[in-house]
Amino acid sequence: MVDTLERTTAHEDDHGHGHEEHHGPGGLLNWLTTTDHKVIGMNYTVTSVVMLLIGGAFAMLIRAQLTVPDGAVVSLSKYNELFTMHGSVMIYLFAGPFAFGGLANYMVPIQIGAPDMAFPRLNAFSYWLYLTGSITMLLGFLTASGAANFGWVGYAPLSNAVNSPGAGADLWIGALILTGFSAIFTGVNLVATIFYLRAPGMTMFRMPIFTWNMLVTGILILLAFPVLTAGLVMLYADRHFGTHIYDANGGGSPVLWQHIFWFWGHPEVYILALPFFGMVTEIIPVFSRKPLFGYKGMVFATISIAALSTGVWAHHMFTTGVVLLPFFSFMTYLISIPTGMKFFNWIGSMWGGQVRYTAAMLFAIGFLLTFLIGGITGILLASPPLDFFTHDTYFVVAHFHSVVMALVLGAMAGIYYWYPKMTGRFLNERLGKLQFWMLFIGSMVFIMPGYVLGLQGMPRRMAVYIIDPTWQNLNIVSSIGGFMIGLSTLMFAVNVISTIKAPKTAGPNPWDAHTLEWFTTSPPPHHNFYSLPNIKSERPTWDYFHPDAPALIHDDHDPSHVPGGAKADAK
Amino acid sequence: MIPSVNDPANSSDSGIVRSRTSNSSRKGLKWLALVVAPILLSGCQLPGFGITPGVTTSSHKVYKLWQGFMVTGLIVGGFTFVLIIFAAVRYRKRNDEIPRQTQYNTLVEVLYTVIPTLIVAALFYFTIVVENPEVALASNPQATVKVVAFQWGWRFSYPGNPSVNVVGQTTQNPELVLPVNETTRVILTSLDVVHGFYIKDFNFSQYALPGVTNRFDFHVTKAGEFQTQCTQICGLYHSLMYFKVKTIPAAQYHQCLTSATSGDSFVACANGTSSLKATVRPSATQGVPVHHG
Repeated sequence: MVDTLERTTAHEDDHGHGHEEHHGPGGLLNWLTTTDHKVIGMNYTVTSVVMLLIGGAFAMLIRAQLTVPDGAVVSLSKYNELFTMHGSVMIYLFAGPFAFGGLANYMVPIQIGAPDMAFPRLNAFSYWLYLTGSITMLLGFLTASGAANFGWVGYAPLSNAVNSPGAGADLWIGALILTGFSAIFTGVNLVATIFYLRAPGMTMFRMPIFTWNMLVTGILILLAFPVLTAGLVMLYADRHFGTHIYDANGGGSPVLWQHIFWFWGHPEVYILALPFFGMVTEIIPVFSRKPLFGYKGMVFATISIAALSTGVWAHHMFTTGVVLLPFFSFMTYLISIPTGMKFFNWIGSMWGGQVRYTAAMLFAIGFLLTFLIGGITGILLASPPLDFFTHDTYFVVAHFHSVVMALVLGAMAGIYYWYPKMTGRFLNERLGKLQFWMLFIGSMVFIMPGYVLGLQGMPRRMAVYIIDPTWQNLNIVSSIGGFMIGLSTLMFAVNVISTIKAPKTAGPNPWDAHTLEWFTTSPPPHHNFYSLPNIKSERPTWDYFHPDAPALIHDDHDPSHVPGGAKADAK
Repeated sequence: MIPSVNDPANSSDSGIVRSRTSNSSRKGLKWLALVVAPILLSGCQLPGFGITPGVTTSSHKVYKLWQGFMVTGLIVGGFTFVLIIFAAVRYRKRNDEIPRQTQYNTLVEVLYTVIPTLIVAALFYFTIVVENPEVALASNPQATVKVVAFQWGWRFSYPGNPSVNVVGQTTQNPELVLPVNETTRVILTSLDVVHGFYIKDFNFSQYALPGVTNRFDFHVTKAGEFQTQCTQICGLYHSLMYFKVKTIPAAQYHQCLTSATSGDSFVACANGTSSLKATVRPSATQGVPVHHG
């Protein structure tokens, strides 16, 4: 089987090069003028990983500061800038752009057998908006009054011109408007591409689950991001044009900002999470050599999550006293059901399989375990009486860091899985596994003390905690975990750098994977494919190489239903 | 109180349910009835999972709710955790055979949809049972205090005696005095930005919002002193915006409130010290640490 694959590729390579080669400018000019989704996807991936490193560096400073009760590193005001920019960089500049600008941009067109995104120039524009916005936000540190310092949620009226004067806040707002438009254009592009550019035979229910997740993410972006952008324009108007939209003294409403922010912010949680769900949902079945368990159920679960996510925003506002608690609590409980179903899809995909412990698979399993902790504590927070006393404490910080550290693990799973496709080279598996254990254990050591500290009453966003120095020990433990995460990131950087000059040995389908991107060369040619297989299921590449092992649609433990296949196909 | 599963009443209950056999949603209900409900009802024998029962009537109920949720969370999370690890280890790669390509199993899919739905339905029910009385307002509270948050301090004033105003900034640590065994209405607002009014030992917090007046009731059951602080980022000195809660017997509270001529004399009376000493409270001279500004 592997021989066939290699021969096919070699053959395609021979006559492929030449007439399929792209005759554009080379080098830097190519990078600046490209509209190729793969180059843009790489640009996004590299830029967003740089943002991960920058946001991570802020985190290291934060964790260093908290090792002593009266603050080891920076002043009160600089600390406020650090946690604001840590959250902002990670949420706005890393997690989203990495997922929907980077890996999705690169993989979605290939997964559906398309030559490019639907609007290649808009795609390039998205990237340049994103890069400009990212630089704009970070420039805040160079202003006289420092970067934005009111938290990544920018609650009014702390974010107004009286309480937060200075250019740092304006640059923050400008950056979010720029990156917001970037996200909207990417969302348009994803939705249009998935609806209109699928290859013949690629029906909706034959789309890879990652593509499904990105379709739903794209729709959510279109629902949520315009609201944030409008809210930011109003915030800017309050700051500079004398409006009083969020100003209680002028007849406005500070709570309106919270509504607008979280009406974007909760769908945003799923805009961030769904792509990473999609990544691990690709990875787990591949490394279990099985189809995704309950594929259609998972598609509907994903759609339900998206639909429900537009109706849960005020669970961030339980303690405002001005929202209907039972409604938002109920909606939040509902959304936990499709999210919980996914766990059983993932477990079911491993069940009875042949689980290979590659670095990508380890990261995916690490994602499951870490996300499980974040999910369970999310259920606790969905109950207003329990949210009341955990709100704005380290319990909540630990909760959402369980979720976002799961996303980082998912991102690493995605990188280790698709790196051979994007570059033709393997990342070092041994170093990858070492990085996994460092990152996973580091995450646990970092997160767990936070839950305890929160229940002991330590509020979040505290530059100093001289009010209760007994919190120091757990903070030191948490910081050690944080530094372990930092170390794992350095391992990742070393791994990437050490492969830059390595030979391209990956071949088209090194993981014996399922989806179309593994049918083409690594990296793929300019317009992605020399040829396409017949698409008869959501696993066209698997079907091509394992024609005798199709997915068993009705396999309710009745052996008589099994078509001749599974075992007969063994090598 | 007899905890959970050993309860004879529950055992006979489970027998009835078991006789209806294979209906899986019944099994889910039985599981819920067996595990969740008795734990919620007899929570006093469980560990606190990081929190205490606190000192208000609501905080006791919240504590039990927390215990029930933690037990449920640990069971559900532990079950899922074990399944993940089991699947990953038990089905690790053994040879090069292609495993059965099972993709759907209707019964399993129905189960993992229905059972979580039942669990969250129960969680929502108990949430409402605790939440409604917690946020309900008494028709006739015996005491009232107005709390105004500002950058970076608190003002506590008592409509029962207009001359009593307790104001303190940052580490001056102003004191909020509340009566024990009476219902106190708190009227909360902010002068500038959003602040977090949080009392750990009451298992409660609420935003102080500019332009919004929030009202809620405390029924404190125990005298004591409780140190706390602002929880919502409110600018430069957020991490130093302290206040202290002092709960005292209702009779003393009303007597102090009636006789007080100022905020200081009220706080001194509540602490049982003379009003002269109380005019310079110990922490008042500390002010704001300058080395961090």
